[in-house]
Amino acid sequence: MEQSWKQAKAVFAAALGPPLAWLVVFFVAPMAIVWAYSFGHNAGLTQIAITGTFQNYARAIEPLYLMIFLKSAWVAGLTTVLCLVLGFPVALAITFASDKAKTWLLLLVMLPFWTNLLIRTYALIAVLRTEGYVNMSLEWLWKGGGTLAALAGLKPFEPFQPLELLHNNFAVVLGLVYVHLPFMVLPLYSALDRLDKSLLEASLDLGAGHLRTLFKVVVPLALPGIASGVLITFIPALGAYLTPDLLGGPDSQMIANVIERQFKRANDWPFGAAMSFVLMYLTFIAIAVQGLLAKRTPEGRA
Amino acid sequence: MAKKSPPGPLEYLRRWPMRAWLAAVFVFLYAPLIALMAFSFNDSRRNIVWKGFTLKYYDKLFHDSALLEAFANSLTIAAVSTVISLALGAMAALALWRFRFVGKTALDGAMALPIVVPEICMGVAMLVFFARVMPWPQGLPWPLDLGAIIIAHVSFSFPFVAVVVRARMASFNREMEEAARDLGAGEFRTIRDVILPHMAPSLVAGALLAFTLSLDDFVITFFTAGPDTVTFPVKVYSMVRFSVTPEVNAASTVLIVLTVLLTAAALKLQGNAAATAGHGGDGK
Repeated sequence: MEQSWKQAKAVFAAALGPPLAWLVVFFVAPMAIVWAYSFGHNAGLTQIAITGTFQNYARAIEPLYLMIFLKSAWVAGLTTVLCLVLGFPVALAITFASDKAKTWLLLLVMLPFWTNLLIRTYALIAVLRTEGYVNMSLEWLWKGGGTLAALAGLKPFEPFQPLELLHNNFAVVLGLVYVHLPFMVLPLYSALDRLDKSLLEASLDLGAGHLRTLFKVVVPLALPGIASGVLITFIPALGAYLTPDLLGGPDSQMIANVIERQFKRANDWPFGAAMSFVLMYLTFIAIAVQGLLAKRTPEGRA
Repeated sequence: MAKKSPPGPLEYLRRWPMRAWLAAVFVFLYAPLIALMAFSFNDSRRNIVWKGFTLKYYDKLFHDSALLEAFANSLTIAAVSTVISLALGAMAALALWRFRFVGKTALDGAMALPIVVPEICMGVAMLVFFARVMPWPQGLPWPLDLGAIIIAHVSFSFPFVAVVVRARMASFNREMEEAARDLGAGEFRTIRDVILPHMAPSLVAGALLAFTLSLDDFVITFFTAGPDTVTFPVKVYSMVRFSVTPEVNAASTVLIVLTVLLTAAALKLQGNAAATAGHGGDGK
């Protein structure tokens, strides 16, 4: 049983004091200031007058910015779905692998997760850019095909046109999937691993096929885990800054890029503050929805 | 195939479509990284056609004082913020595990905030905080000039440590603590000789997590750092913005190797629990 704090006040204060103080001074206070700024307006170059105005929030839902919110949600949603589709079979295979294979596969999933985000994004740039590996391979194949065609007496191919793979929305979604796939696989795996395997065997014995077992038995039982995987992927994807910044084009801005611009270049802190709190509220809504879903399922303790 | 038994109904890993899928996913995850590392040894600026093996970009790297400084900054920040995070995280976990008090649920929620809040929001909060409330003095001698970044890093990593340590403490038998007390150990002695040894594996896992989180962080550092303090990710970012060069490849390779070594060391130290413990708490 937990002890009441009154029984050992000195220990309680010594243990809780420092972390609590740190959290309040270096996390809650900065957040609270941003929150206060979101109700203010620029008064002079470095002065912000907090007047309790809601005009920053009103501006955040103007069509221009509303579209960016919707687009970010759409990109993050697409990323999450793609990660789920790609990652589910991986998680399933890991769950039913032998112990030794399991260790190695988990390690393989985790290593990219530990690798620096910037480096992984940079690696993708090298793959996708106009002189990147994909385009070079295609060009090589194209030339080879052209040579073959010339040998066969056909008219030579047109000069190779490199594909525009970088600086567009495709690159952003690809980059987000690349970065967040391990986020999805690990919670899926931990949910599937806890599954009672005899239920699957029973379903297969009773004549259901693999796909039917998957959708009627595995998915409903693993739903809390799937929900937490979706959440863990969706939240960082929604607030992604680096991926759209480096891989995206002028039309692939996401919320985080708009916020960054308000603070670093446009110098409109109150509006940036409002935008970042809208993003926070969206995050909290996503967490609340997941919490509700987890409660509704009978075994829901993800 | 006659000699091998056919795959059992649940041995998904032995079915070829599953294997092909797995292989494709791992190629997707690893091919860009492996290409990046391979081309850091390529003797050509164009970075595409293989022209032969060279170490000249590594040589360049080790003579590039700006990059080296950034690297040293990153390692210092990671080391210091890991130590502070470990202390704060373990204290918080101990308090939350041992005591019942008014507002515990609220504190639990507040501790989870730095984990779930989008990086960009925390980044701007730190920017505002260090610009308006607690301006970090300019021109301090190294490593004091890194203070603001270290503070920001501790703020987002110590709750992770707390989650990992607390998960570990759940398996602690409280009677051991009582036994220690009955046998005459004081508070401090009990914590040092009974609780800390039980915590140890989670402290290693937490340290690894905090260190990697700090080394990995770009967004929050980008907002916190003054114009004079550059960390490795911030430096790479400014290099990447301009072009893809073999120097960046070489620098990235060094960091990837470092990450792999750190992970391997942590796994060796205490079995697989380290890596999975870190992820068990992740994102909750």
